Amino acid sequence: MSDSLLQEIPRFFTYYNCIFLLQAAWRTIALSAVGCVVGFAIGFFLAILRITRERHLLVVRIPSIGYVEFFRRVPFLVTLMFMFFTFQVLKFQFSVFTVAMITVCLIASGFVAEIVRAGIESVHITQWDAGEVLNFTLAQKLRLVIVPQAWKVILPPAFSFFISFIKDTALASQIGVIELTYAGKVFNNKGFSAILVFGTILIMYFIISYPLTRFGRWMEGKLGVSKH
Amino acid sequence: MAYLSIENIFASYKDDKPVLAGVGFSVEKGEIASLIGPSGSGKSTLLRVLVGLTKPKSGRVLLDGAPISYANRKALREARDRFAIVFQQYNLFQNMTALRNVTVAPIKVKKRNPQEVEKEAIVLLEKVGLGEKLNSYPDELSGGQQQRVAIARALALKPDILLLDEVTSALDPELINEVLDTIRLLAREGMTMVIVSHEMAFVREVSSKVVFMDEGKVVEIGNPKEILDHPKTPRAREFMAKILRH
Repeated sequence: MSDSLLQEIPRFFTYYNCIFLLQAAWRTIALSAVGCVVGFAIGFFLAILRITRERHLLVVRIPSIGYVEFFRRVPFLVTLMFMFFTFQVLKFQFSVFTVAMITVCLIASGFVAEIVRAGIESVHITQWDAGEVLNFTLAQKLRLVIVPQAWKVILPPAFSFFISFIKDTALASQIGVIELTYAGKVFNNKGFSAILVFGTILIMYFIISYPLTRFGRWMEGKLGVSKH
Repeated sequence: MAYLSIENIFASYKDDKPVLAGVGFSVEKGEIASLIGPSGSGKSTLLRVLVGLTKPKSGRVLLDGAPISYANRKALREARDRFAIVFQQYNLFQNMTALRNVTVAPIKVKKRNPQEVEKEAIVLLEKVGLGEKLNSYPDELSGGQQQRVAIARALALKPDILLLDEVTSALDPELINEVLDTIRLLAREGMTMVIVSHEMAFVREVSSKVVFMDEGKVVEIGNPKEILDHPKTPRAREFMAKILRH
């Protein structure tokens, strides 16, 4: 069997197949990267809305809580299907890739919001008091005092979420986005050995996610340690 | 007319029992008023009210005859320019050096010239005996050192009145004196202070006025000798007996 596998390798890694694989990998990377970056930005913002206490901010606080609680509770695949059919019904001419892109941002922001909130709440309340009596604005309290101390609680779960998130983008194949998992199925259906095909896909996922792990470690070293 | 007048302050954390139930007393300029009384009597809450961390339900605070408003953000900010508070747990910013802790508010909030602020901060830190620790982070400092940085941070705001909330209560016994010495120094310079303290010997030494509080009310006011040695009310007598016995 290993003989036939070896014979298959040159037949599999042809120029066009490689291009197809790289395009699929690019879609996986794009979904992951946009999900992580946009998700982090929106999630951070939502977390801050959620921790506000002022009564007049209730109008933004309640929707943000609803948003976070909703998208964290619904399976990724269900959200994806829901968005896909909603856009269809509303006659939006979005490509499946765009639909997947929007969905990953929705989901990532919900999860990140919770991670950031936990990080912010890990900073002792007295740090807020100290900022308050020094007349810091909310933005100054967050930027100068709270967030720098929250990083060490935010970063490890955030990166572990991002890494699992790369894997979750595989679900985009279910609405027809040709990302890595979809590409694997295509090659498998063409008759290539499943071991060869999915082995390759597996290695490509690893290649995508490993640098992110390293980057996470680096960030933790940079922002997440006590300063001295 | 008194420099600081506190008139009939009511405050509560939740809607049940008031923590402050009509507190009032006054403090003259350069005077040191000490608040004493059993825990839960509202001493710390009163200081929190003065800096606007706890909103009073009713009552007035007058500084130099002018009422301080805690109603809106702008008024609150102005009120806080007059007071500075030092907390029991120091509450230094853990992510900043001693020097940065002292300079951050004058630079970022008052928008003052950073070089100038830094020069003043170094002088202040030297004054509290920490000229060698400018670049240390709070977790590299002892409790007493942290508390002295916190005092320097409060002084950097050039407050009219310094509020000290049980500043030695969290310290190991051998570290208490270094903080008390710093407060003595300020007392000699004529700083107006309102002190919440359980260090009775220190209260006796530095205060010009002692306010005994219990259950959110002022029970007795007088000079240290009157209150500590010859309390008139049974409640104060009971408290003194308990606290001076050990």
